[in-house]
Amino acid sequence: MQFTIEKEIESNKSPKVEPKITSDSNLKYLLAGAIFGIVLIKSEVVSWFRIQEMFRLQSFHMYGVIGSAVLTGAISVWLIKKFKVKSFDGTLIQIAPKSFSKGQIFGGLSFGLGWALTGACPGPIYAQIGAGFGVTFVTLLSALAGVWVYGRFKDKLPH
Amino acid sequence: MWELILKPWPWYVAGPLIGLMVPLLLLLGNKPFGISSSMRHICAAVMPAKIPFFQYDWRKEFWLLIFVGGVILGAFVATQYLSDHTTAHLNPQTITDLKALGVNQFDGMLPANIFNFSSLLSLKGLVFIVLGGFLVGFGTRYAGGCTSGHSIMGLSNLQWPSLIATICFMLGGFLMVHIGYPLIFKLF
Repeated sequence: MQFTIEKEIESNKSPKVEPKITSDSNLKYLLAGAIFGIVLIKSEVVSWFRIQEMFRLQSFHMYGVIGSAVLTGAISVWLIKKFKVKSFDGTLIQIAPKSFSKGQIFGGLSFGLGWALTGACPGPIYAQIGAGFGVTFVTLLSALAGVWVYGRFKDKLPH
Repeated sequence: MWELILKPWPWYVAGPLIGLMVPLLLLLGNKPFGISSSMRHICAAVMPAKIPFFQYDWRKEFWLLIFVGGVILGAFVATQYLSDHTTAHLNPQTITDLKALGVNQFDGMLPANIFNFSSLLSLKGLVFIVLGGFLVGFGTRYAGGCTSGHSIMGLSNLQWPSLIATICFMLGGFLMVHIGYPLIFKLF
């Protein structure tokens, strides 16, 4: 079970109590998200102008960010697999493989078109809201509508 | 040091930090990095409408909703307290190209003459905010992930479907900027 001796002691006292999602286990994801949000703003990858530069091949910035992020991630994943690293709750780290579907082509193109319009991928939409651009809340609502429509018509779309 | 934090961060600082989100989430709780799923969870929580795609226990994925809450919070903190409110210099050619299209405001992260509430009900606002947002949500779910889930997490795990998705993300962007933009800006 997640987390420490205190919890075991608690569950010894009252063994019938179901282990719940503890507030500290959520807090760590809040902090991780906050770090990510800070980096998204400080790196300006949520900037509409930066996205324009990228798609006009007029700046290396976005390519440098994505490229070095992938490299860092790939080295991390390789090390995790090589040394069979466990997560903090003691389970062996496993990553589900991705399977191919035509959705990656049609959906990918669709997202690319939207990315160039809004200047934001899903993570940066949240960051734009946090940065105080109120109208980007509408971008989020619209994106949610897009997700819902996909879910509604999933079976009729080529995959 | 503090002055460096207040300035915009170069790619070689920001990129590796973003890449470290992958091992961080794996270590914290065996979680795959991927933001766009949060939108599916919100739909499942708010409007499942008996659609099979939204019929699952989204509560098990609650961590991701907490995470995106953190993103909003972090972005607020970075904007309010960790910024000297300068922005990195854009390529002058980008500014020239955008001015030719009718974008005339280059401060901050978003062009204020497109992304504001009063333009929301104009054709311009509808295209950039409403249609753009819709394409982002629809496309990422159709593709099974976004720049975080496919381009960072998927590529880090050497998944070739993620490579195809990433190439299509970029292709869509190039199409919009080079073919779509000249047509769209004629409408306003």
